[in-house]
Order: sequence, then structure tokens, then C-alpha cells
Amino acid sequence: MRGNIIKYPRDNIDTDVIIPGQYLKVHDYAELATHAMEGLDPDFHSKVKEGDFILSGKNFGCGSSREHAPIALSHCGVKAILALSFARIFYRNSVDGAFLLPIEIDQDAYDGISEGDEINIDVSKNEIKNITKNQTYKMKPFSEIIGKIIAAGGLFKYKPDQD
Amino acid sequence: MNIVEKILARGSGKSSVAPDDVVFADVDKVMMHDVSGPGVLKVFDKLKKQGISVDKLWDPTKVWVAEDHFVPSADKMSAENIVKLSNFTKQYGIEKHFKYGMGQYGICHTISHEEAMVMPGDVYVGGDSHTNTTGALGAFACGLGHTDIAYVLLHGNIWFKVPETYYFKLNGKLPDHVMAKDVILKIIGDIGNDGGAYRTMQFGGSGIDEMSVESRLTLCNMTTEAGAKNGIVEPDQKVVDYLSKRGATNFNLVTGDSDAEYSKIFEYESSEMEPMISKPFSPDNTCVVGEAPSVELDKSYIGSCTGAKYEDLEAAAKILKGRKVKIRTEVLPAAISIYQRAMENGLLKIFLDAGVTVGPPTCGACCGAHMGVLAKDEICISTTNRNFPGRMGHVDSQTYLSSPMVAAASAVTGKITDPRDLL
Repeated sequence: MRGNIIKYPRDNIDTDVIIPGQYLKVHDYAELATHAMEGLDPDFHSKVKEGDFILSGKNFGCGSSREHAPIALSHCGVKAILALSFARIFYRNSVDGAFLLPIEIDQDAYDGISEGDEINIDVSKNEIKNITKNQTYKMKPFSEIIGKIIAAGGLFKYKPDQD
Repeated sequence: MNIVEKILARGSGKSSVAPDDVVFADVDKVMMHDVSGPGVLKVFDKLKKQGISVDKLWDPTKVWVAEDHFVPSADKMSAENIVKLSNFTKQYGIEKHFKYGMGQYGICHTISHEEAMVMPGDVYVGGDSHTNTTGALGAFACGLGHTDIAYVLLHGNIWFKVPETYYFKLNGKLPDHVMAKDVILKIIGDIGNDGGAYRTMQFGGSGIDEMSVESRLTLCNMTTEAGAKNGIVEPDQKVVDYLSKRGATNFNLVTGDSDAEYSKIFEYESSEMEPMISKPFSPDNTCVVGEAPSVELDKSYIGSCTGAKYEDLEAAAKILKGRKVKIRTEVLPAAISIYQRAMENGLLKIFLDAGVTVGPPTCGACCGAHMGVLAKDEICISTTNRNFPGRMGHVDSQTYLSSPMVAAASAVTGKITDPRDLL
């Protein structure tokens, strides 16, 4: 999976800035996408491209359980969020709904990757390659259940009985 | 095993579970509201296109529905969502639908306890992050997104990683001017926004034994703000009495074993607790009221599942009785049953005499959706649960979180005020 980075170097990016509360009544995915990150970066929608990744600090997606948050980001073309850690509902919404990959990174990757860098994520090797800077970082492997749900393509396609 | 491990073991049909085990637990109750309900419908539409049947729910008697975020309807789109929700409950035979304008209704988490929708020992999931609230009744209560709720509606179970448990022990009875909200703000300030992430936050000790069920609900409600999977208090006679009064009869009082394990124990002394606030823009940005910045407030908001239960209104009324508010102040009881008691016991008169506007139950301004949202640069003191940028309106507005007593005292002075100054 290859794409460019949009970096928000801060902790606690919460669902109220990812998709503000006034849009909770909206259930049209394309319309939600037009308001993604509106509470933090009004230019986000004009700069995001299909296949981009967001990089951020600790506790990404904290706050509300609104599935609107991963939906809005994925329908802007964001394929993965790289963060030092994730809030739990955002994390499981991203995976169970098969919207995007939440990838936990370490401080080296967080410090090393800059806005605009082109990176390649190889989930099978738990490896992130920074093509722009020719650096390689480790990603935290997915837990067993998360790996299986991702591989299946979301919770509804995952068959627990076959384990 | 501790209480959560015992509930999840029972729910998943295992003799025992331990932290980090992944289980599929049978769900006893599931809740959705006028935001998560239409969200679940979108998931159902997607599933239909994939050839997955959504004709029948696993058990409509275990599903209940609230209208809270966008009532009274803010605009055409939110009105249509309420219609969609009504059609949904009719189509699937869900009888427990608390409708705006038809007797009892209110914020979903408040309805969960006011109407005894959830019992001790239940595995309870809801399409809202503050589902944690109901853990105060001794249930495993956990918030989920739309896809997960859709999965529960069709399968009756859902996966959980068994959480490790942080145990918060409170010693002694709280002083009269300190509320449960102050305690949980203190804890969140100490452990941080992600200090309880993926974990259970359990509360116990003599300070919790002394607390009312409503105070315990406040504690569990705000565990969400520390990132916790759930908050919980072991059920006692107070919980039995509380639920019995609301018509519940069958109790399965699960408690932890005497050798229950906790990954960390935190101890607090009630006598050392003080009125607290969270400053913008994060619930963990706390300080004691005595060290609050000297800001000119524009508004005081006493509402939400966190801060508009009956006891919250009673505490605010104690301060506001015989006084006038200096800034715009709103009180929005969190459910009609609370509104009614507030009327019968004279609280509404105290509020109205003080110049307060009393509104209907709604999540409205708490989540910046409608009904009193903040303008650019406006500063609000609020009994709600979050104060991230834009949470209650404009991204450049500011929210200070506090107890109902502090919000009421601040309404009288226009500055962040210690209730002891007015008691």
C-alpha cells in the first residue's frame, strides 16, 4: 500500500474535529467526506488525495463513537491512519467496517516521517518504508483477531466459527 | 475473576476468562439512538447489496431505542432521521422506543437507568460512546459504532478483548460541596485522556458505598473521557432499591471473587477532594476551581447524561435558590421523568425565578449540534463531558467542564466560582 503523508503532529485528535457534531445527522458518505477534519484543518478536503495516509500522535480518534469519523476519512480516499496510539471505538470502527487501516507506529516513525513523504506500508512484514527519505520503520503487528477481520474484509465477512 | 471477567465469561459461555482473551459475548441489551440508528440502517443497506439478509433481528425484545441527539428536530434532515428511526422500530417489531413528545423520553444513557432498561450482570452495548454510564448498575456497558451494533442486531453477539482492570478506591464520604463529577475530573486529570484506554475502570471503597447510584453513574459516564472500554461499580443494595423502584424484579448481582485481580489500584481520599474544572480544550486539562483562570463567562449549561440527572438539578437548585443568574443559563433535565420530579419538587420554580431557561431533554448543545450552540469566542461552563475544540459549537468557542454546583455558582457570578462561596 503506497501513498503520501498528511501529518498532524499532535495528540488527541478527537472525533469532534474529524467530523463536527453538527454533521451527525448526515448519513450520506460522500457528503460526510466533504466535512472531514473540518474542525482542525479547513484545507484538508482540498489537499487530500486518493490513497493518502494521515500521520498523528497519541490517542487518535478519541471522543465519540460516531462511525462518521472513519467513514468521512475513508471516503476522502484516506487508506490508513498511522498514529502512536488509537482510541478504542475509532480503532474498531475502522477495522470492523473495513473503512481504513489503523496502524500503530513507534516514535522513530513518528519523528522520521514528514508531511508529503511517500511511504509504502507492508502489513505482511509489519514494515513501513519511507521512499522519499529511504528509511524503514517497524509497525506494531495487528493482534490476531484484528488481523483476521482485516483479512476477511470487515466483521460481517469474518467467520468466527471457522477458527 | 473480577466482576467484568465474570460477566464476559458468562456471556461467552466460558468457565473463566483473563485479560487479553478475545471472546464473542452474547449481548443482553442493545441500544441505538437517532444518530446511531440511521447509521445502522446505512450498514443494513450495504449488507443487502452484498446479499446478506437483514430481514429479521436476532431478538427485538432485547433492543431499545432513544431519541436524543437531534430532538426537538433541528431541521428537515434530523426530522427525517426520526421518521427513519420510527419506521425501523415498526418494521422490526422493537417495542421499547422512547419517543420525543410521547411521555417518557430523554438522553439514552439516562433512560437506561431511569427506565431500568439494563440489569446488573448484563452485557449491554449501545451505539454511543457514553454507554459506559450504565456500568454503575453493575453491568458490562460498552459503546460501539454502527457496524458493530448492526452485527449485534443480526447475530446477538459481538467480539471483545477482555480488558485489564484499573481499580479506583475512594475512601470516605465526599464533603457536601464536592460531587462525583469533581472526583472523575480529578481522576482523568491524573491519568490523562488515554489513561484508561482499552481498560475497565472500576470504582469501589467506602466513598463509593456512600455514594448514590446517580453519583456512580456520573463516574462511569466519564470513564469514556479517559478512553476506557467500560466503567463499573459492583452492585449493592442501593442499586437493587434504585431498580426496584423502577419496576425491576429479577436481579443477578454479579460481584468479583475475593481473589479478583486488578492490573493497578489507585487510592483517593474523599476528604482531600475539591471542586474541579477541565479547562479548554481537553477533559484531562484539569485544575481545582481555586486555581481557575479569571475569565468572563458567557453561558452556564446544566444538561446532558453527565450532569442533568435529578440529583444534579437538586445540587444546582441549592445554589440558585433565591439568587439571580448573571449570564445566560440553561437547565435541560436529561429525561422527562426527571423534568417531572423537578417540577413536583419545586426545582423548576427555583430555576425560573433565578432567570434560567429550562429546556427539554436533548443532547443538542452538548455535542454542538443544535439548541444553544456556542458562537466564536464564547466561553461556557458546562456540566457536560467533553471540551475538545468545537465540541459545543464554533471551533473557537471554549468550554470549561464542571460539576452542577460549580456551574450554578458560576452562573450567579459570571466567573468560575467555588460553590463554597455561595453555600
